[in-house]
Amino acid sequence: MRKFKEYIIEKLILASGLASIFFVIVIFLFLLKEGLAVFKIVTPANFLFGKNWYPISEPPQLGIFPLILGSLLVTLGAAIISVPIGIACAVYIAEVAPVRTKEILKASIELLAAIPSVVLGFIGMVTLVPWVKSIFKLPTGLTALSGSIMLAFMAMPTIVSIAEDALYSVPRSHKEGALALGATHWQTIYRVLLPAASSGILAAVMLGIGRVIGETMAVMMITGNAALMPHSFLQPVRTLTATIAAEMGEAVVGSEHYFALFAIGIVLFVISFAINITADLFLHRKR
Amino acid sequence: MRKILFSVIITFASCAFAFAASHSIQIKGSDTMVNLGQAWAEKYMEENPAEFIAVTGGGSGTGISSLISGTCDITMSSRNIKDKEIALAKQKGINPYEIQVALDGLAVVVNQKNPVGKLTLAQLADIFTGKITNWKEVGGEDKQIVILSREVNSGTHVYFKEHVLRKGDPSAKDEFAPEALLLSSSQAIADEVAGNPSAIGYYGMGYISDKQKPVMVAKDEKSEYEAPTIANVVNGRYPISRPLFLYTNGQPQGVVKKFVNFCFSREGQGIVLETDFVPVKE
Repeated sequence: MRKFKEYIIEKLILASGLASIFFVIVIFLFLLKEGLAVFKIVTPANFLFGKNWYPISEPPQLGIFPLILGSLLVTLGAAIISVPIGIACAVYIAEVAPVRTKEILKASIELLAAIPSVVLGFIGMVTLVPWVKSIFKLPTGLTALSGSIMLAFMAMPTIVSIAEDALYSVPRSHKEGALALGATHWQTIYRVLLPAASSGILAAVMLGIGRVIGETMAVMMITGNAALMPHSFLQPVRTLTATIAAEMGEAVVGSEHYFALFAIGIVLFVISFAINITADLFLHRKR
Repeated sequence: MRKILFSVIITFASCAFAFAASHSIQIKGSDTMVNLGQAWAEKYMEENPAEFIAVTGGGSGTGISSLISGTCDITMSSRNIKDKEIALAKQKGINPYEIQVALDGLAVVVNQKNPVGKLTLAQLADIFTGKITNWKEVGGEDKQIVILSREVNSGTHVYFKEHVLRKGDPSAKDEFAPEALLLSSSQAIADEVAGNPSAIGYYGMGYISDKQKPVMVAKDEKSEYEAPTIANVVNGRYPISRPLFLYTNGQPQGVVKKFVNFCFSREGQGIVLETDFVPVKE
């Protein structure tokens, strides 16, 4: 009887494990089925590298190159801002800060992660956007830069907490050895701890970026959503995610536009899949 | 006794069923008006639960051809019926009867601080397609123009593109400039215009407030500049507006008449205002 119980529980756990894989596959197949239909109308090259996104014109122009660049630009900007600050913050928490400060800092970073993105977007819209507009004397503050700054706030908690874990898992003997050899505290951090934790820190960065590229609501609210080829951070951009979110609601099911939006979904899926795989590779290299 | 009662109930029920069935009407036509039609139908059915109204889109042309073929009772149309269509209908013994139920007027708005207060349709087209990029070209300050538009799926976006950018020419290929910021709601455009001295946007007249300055628009340089007011839309002098129609076969009768009367009631015209159109009756 006990064996039977054990057997049932084992199988239940197995089923739960398989379920998540099953759902991922089903979702991916659905995405493929709906998205690949767009290539009957437009060639993959024209879809990925076309410069005009006018999905409801006759005939529709379905080029997502400006959208891809928009997503990448916002993500790059967010990475430039959040990576140095995030890593420095993780080093401070793991190595420098006194216990009390450490606890307060950790708690507040977790709090930052708990702010819903729509709230961040809203705050960005009323504070950051006018600020960017007046500082850079721009015609509008709805720019890639505004999006990058706001998204940096979203990537920061992920980067800090994972990088901090990586720093903690560096064996104590490394640090003690460096100090015993006469290295200063900063030399120890810079020459011993950071290189030793590098793969974990890289994974932290990748996961932070993964969070940014999939973010929708905040970017939609503050990047202006103009589907033009971006030349600088001070221009409006339209991201892949914002395009899907803004247009899916009213796209006629089964129309070219609908298929094109699913194809954008595939592109996004591929990008975040690649980022997660890279992060995973770094994490495993560590062990 | 019981048997008699039973049969009476059956007879009564079937009568009621037949009654209900004869009271279902089909409405078809303009996609622009689908939301309006549905809002009317929902409210109407709430008040008259015995009657059923089905509303479908497909476009004004589709709606008019269903009226001609007798497959719908009321057609919604955002354009006048063509002479050709009337002739075709007469052949089939159908008498299209035109009822103007609402007006669709679009306001072009700029910031209160912007000195530009009037534009011609041609200037608007050039601004929104990106040919004019600086306010000084239309008599304003030396500032880059920030174009605000609704998202591509908005009916307002399509209407503005067809009637202002393409000047109503169906073969034209003009598009919004890629620089145009696409905002997700009329309210978002209103807010951005209120805070940005170089912005220009458009939306249904219902959204005009003290925080924005509606631009007076002229059909061409020789015409007078008109402000987007309900009065100017009603008398047809404001150029970015169009009437919205219902067409029925002959003068409305029975349930169709009841429904049309509902559309003109205070409540029906209130729904017109709620769905961002201009009522024809105060």
